[in-house]
Amino acid sequence: MKRIENHPILTFKRGKKIKFYFEGKEMWGYEGDTIASALVANGVKVFRESIKLHRPRGFYCAIGNCSSCLMTVDGVPNIRTCITPLKEGMHIERIKGKGALHYED
Amino acid sequence: MKTDVLVIGGGPAGMNAAIEAARAGASVILVERQAHLGGQLVKQTHKFFGWAEKGAGTRGIQLAEEWARAVEEHKNITVLLSSEAIGLYDDGAWMIEQEGKLIPVYPKKIIIAVGAQEKTLPIENADIPGVYGAGAIQTMMHVYGVLPGEKYLIVGAGNIGVILAYQLAQAGAEVKAVVDVLPKLGGAYWVHVTKIRRMGIPLYMKHTVIEIKGDQWVESATIAEIDEKFQPIPGTEKELDVDTIAISIGLSPLTDLMYQAGVELIWIPELGGLVPVHSENMRTTKPNIYVAGDASGIEEATTAALEGKIAGAVAAKDLGLTVNDSDIEEWKNELGQLRDAPLLEKLRHGLHKLHEAAKERGLQ
Repeated sequence: MKRIENHPILTFKRGKKIKFYFEGKEMWGYEGDTIASALVANGVKVFRESIKLHRPRGFYCAIGNCSSCLMTVDGVPNIRTCITPLKEGMHIERIKGKGALHYED
Repeated sequence: MKTDVLVIGGGPAGMNAAIEAARAGASVILVERQAHLGGQLVKQTHKFFGWAEKGAGTRGIQLAEEWARAVEEHKNITVLLSSEAIGLYDDGAWMIEQEGKLIPVYPKKIIIAVGAQEKTLPIENADIPGVYGAGAIQTMMHVYGVLPGEKYLIVGAGNIGVILAYQLAQAGAEVKAVVDVLPKLGGAYWVHVTKIRRMGIPLYMKHTVIEIKGDQWVESATIAEIDEKFQPIPGTEKELDVDTIAISIGLSPLTDLMYQAGVELIWIPELGGLVPVHSENMRTTKPNIYVAGDASGIEEATTAALEGKIAGAVAAKDLGLTVNDSDIEEWKNELGQLRDAPLLEKLRHGLHKLHEAAKERGLQ
């Protein structure tokens, strides 16, 4: 799991560095990353666990179809991290169970 | 929002559908789930062939940029990015969700060009991290510049599997093996196969993956030769030291929206499974709904673009706008030529079934 630096066809123009938090731990990504690509670049493989059998899940399709990469982002559960752009200061967490929405009274 | 044409999906089919409908004078809203146009072309670093004077020799990523520019520059087209069509409502609204907001769109014509999804491998442990869709790995590598693993096994030696093998090598990863259950190569172009042979990547035909080891993520994979009944032959097992397994065993059309809107679907395995019944003009069984690209049956980007052009022009024509019929005939001819390749016998069989079904239903 790493950033590609040299590629015969592509040049990656990375944007500015972005700080975010995964399970409370500080990590860095780049502008242009999705949450999922930034996590993968930081060595994160397990994005959540399955609801019934609690099996580990990573991303699978990376284009917003399959729901394998759902996580809690800034308190909102079931965000498709593979199509959601990474933003400064985001708090990313693994979902516990199905995830719950929190309403303010 | 009101519009003449709503195009759902901003890949090769959707972009071309939008361009042609707009060119004929229709107002168009183009909805794309991602934050950028291009669909899966944005990760295709290889050069396309086939489509002689238009696009052959051009890399997919360049085609995506050209078409996206044409869409963005057209005054008749409104592009909604990071937006997803979630369904057809009773009052005729197609509901679009954009970053938490709901936007009802009332179109006269709808072109569904939402693409396909990668199939999954039905064996134990194929759900753990490290087992990824081949296209997903291409997305991570080519769009975001990230390699999700170091040592790879590729399951499925069709065009995508073989192309992925050399793309991984280009990005600095190690490909331990490419396996396929078939006795000889079917869908992969020889130019790509010879490339991986030159790179020394082992290609095992009549082989499959029989075991994936790992508790939290992939730690190894075992492959074995299989007999005529696709059963593993004892004694032929090889355990490979891999951390990532790419699954490229095919795609199936994304038919949810069509199904919800009442478009008739039929089962044609040669086209990827459930596909919408549609005519050569891309009309479905539901008046005002058209389809194009992989969502209408699995092929590839050049055919998707041509289908998109046809769908866009036909939808405009059905709105009473003037289109050049000879353009539509020309695109159909080009499609016919692309589908005439010797490799594509199975596809032609599937298309024949589809055309028979469309004929039975009187679709024009």
